[in-house]
Amino acid sequence: MVIDVKKMRDFKEKLMKTIFLICGAVSILAVLLICIFLFSNGIPAIFDIGVKDFLLGKIWQPSNNIYGIYPMIIGSLYVTAGAIVVGVPIGILCAIFLAKYCPEKLYKIIKPSIDLMAGIPSIVYGFFGLMVIVPLMMELYGGSGKSVLTASILLGIMILPTIINVSEAALRAVPSSYYEGALALGATHEKSIFFVVLPAAKSGILAAIILGVGRAIGETMAVIMIAGNQPVVPESIHKGVRTMTANIVIEMGYAADLHREALIATGVVLFVFILIINLSFSLLKGRNKA
Amino acid sequence: MKKIKKNFLSLFLKILVYLSALVTIAVLFSIVGYILIKGVPVLNLRLFEWEYNSDNVSMMPAIINTVIMTIVSLLIAVPIGVFSAIYLVEYAKRGNKFVSLVRITTETLSGIPSIVYGLFGALIFVEYFHMGKSILAGALTMSIMILPIVMRTTEEALISVPDSFREGSFGLGAGKLRTVFKVVLPFALPGVLSGVILSIGRIVGETAALIYTAGTVTGIPDNLLSSGRTLSIHMYALWNEGINAEEAYATAVILLVVVIIINTISARLAGKLSKKGI
Repeated sequence: MVIDVKKMRDFKEKLMKTIFLICGAVSILAVLLICIFLFSNGIPAIFDIGVKDFLLGKIWQPSNNIYGIYPMIIGSLYVTAGAIVVGVPIGILCAIFLAKYCPEKLYKIIKPSIDLMAGIPSIVYGFFGLMVIVPLMMELYGGSGKSVLTASILLGIMILPTIINVSEAALRAVPSSYYEGALALGATHEKSIFFVVLPAAKSGILAAIILGVGRAIGETMAVIMIAGNQPVVPESIHKGVRTMTANIVIEMGYAADLHREALIATGVVLFVFILIINLSFSLLKGRNKA
Repeated sequence: MKKIKKNFLSLFLKILVYLSALVTIAVLFSIVGYILIKGVPVLNLRLFEWEYNSDNVSMMPAIINTVIMTIVSLLIAVPIGVFSAIYLVEYAKRGNKFVSLVRITTETLSGIPSIVYGLFGALIFVEYFHMGKSILAGALTMSIMILPIVMRTTEEALISVPDSFREGSFGLGAGKLRTVFKVVLPFALPGVLSGVILSIGRIVGETAALIYTAGTVTGIPDNLLSSGRTLSIHMYALWNEGINAEEAYATAVILLVVVIIINTISARLAGKLSKKGI
């Protein structure tokens, strides 16, 4: 009888261990499925259209069966670069404030505020951009107000929490002896931080920027509302722009056949961009550990 | 004079630091303030009536859909996420190839933008498995999206449980399974919950992944295989139709309030866990 109970217990242990293992495999399965379904649905279209015509074609006219996503690739890169220019300096400086300047009482207010900023849905950011930033741009520069610049500013705001949180962690990870050493050598508080602590946190901050790039390039709903969405390469930062993400959402609703596959292929290109960004992030993290 | 010149750079840097912090906070307050000022006055009871029609764009069906979507997604993702975290922390040997593969794929999942999830969900759940645009297809898509969040927070919570707890439990004759469920998991519960709360925030705020998986039907669905729009999609649709700006503001207020509540709860839970940590 005693043996039976023990056998039961052993069986239960083994069963649950297997269930845990299977659950662990789900994320592997998910990534595999995502790759299989995206690539198998998107890549044939790329070859149908022609790799060069698809990636470097400057004209996107589904009604005439012309599918060139070059303007969208450039659009995504433009707004992402713009978001980095706007968001990274402010984000890093704000992280420095949180890690090295902020009194504890204030920290208890600011830190949750930044977490709140990370939690605001992108559609709400988009709506804010549409109602506040777009009219402002219209007044300042004329035109529709929906432009590369508008999208860059809003995306810059949206990536702030990512940049701030990751940079702050990186700054805090620098041993305090660095800072104290610099102070002891006669540097001011600021100089110790900017010329000793900040360079020491370099790779962590780079990781923050890479994460920010990933967020900016993948952002969809906010960009659609404020970027104008013209599928042409913008001539200036005051012209409208369409990103890869916007291209998918705008046309997926009514697209059919090759048009639809071309949109999935746009998703494939975006996915490859993201994979490259992820890879460089993990490489950076791996190097830090070693 | 020399001293002033020497400290000029320091002063300049200091001003920059303070200015940036100020800008960040000012931006947040202007977003929250703007939405509240514009949205609160247009909130009225009619917006919470059961029926949606062209005369009254009630957001009640969308709220109900959001709740259903959240519950179904959590029901799928939380057990899988918690179990796989248990495997990674309690069972797997360190440096195991399988473990590093799981880590890499989870990181990949958390970096994939929502629109790619949306495309994937549309291809596999809506079409391949013939679910059509439905709550179920949307929830399955969302559950893959929140899986990394649940896994990571649970993992961190499990790691924070001191080994002496496990040793004590083993010492009293409990098996591995009993130790995990009766000793380790209860202690790690606040961490797990904070992951769940974060996931709720993700689901409520999600739009791009759901437009082409859950669809934009305005009513309350009869079953999990019918389409229904969540609050965020509702807001997107209002903007897309372009005639109901006031209602969009009102929806934004509700979304914002949900996010604020979620953030407060998750901060409390995180605080609880760090206090408990020995």
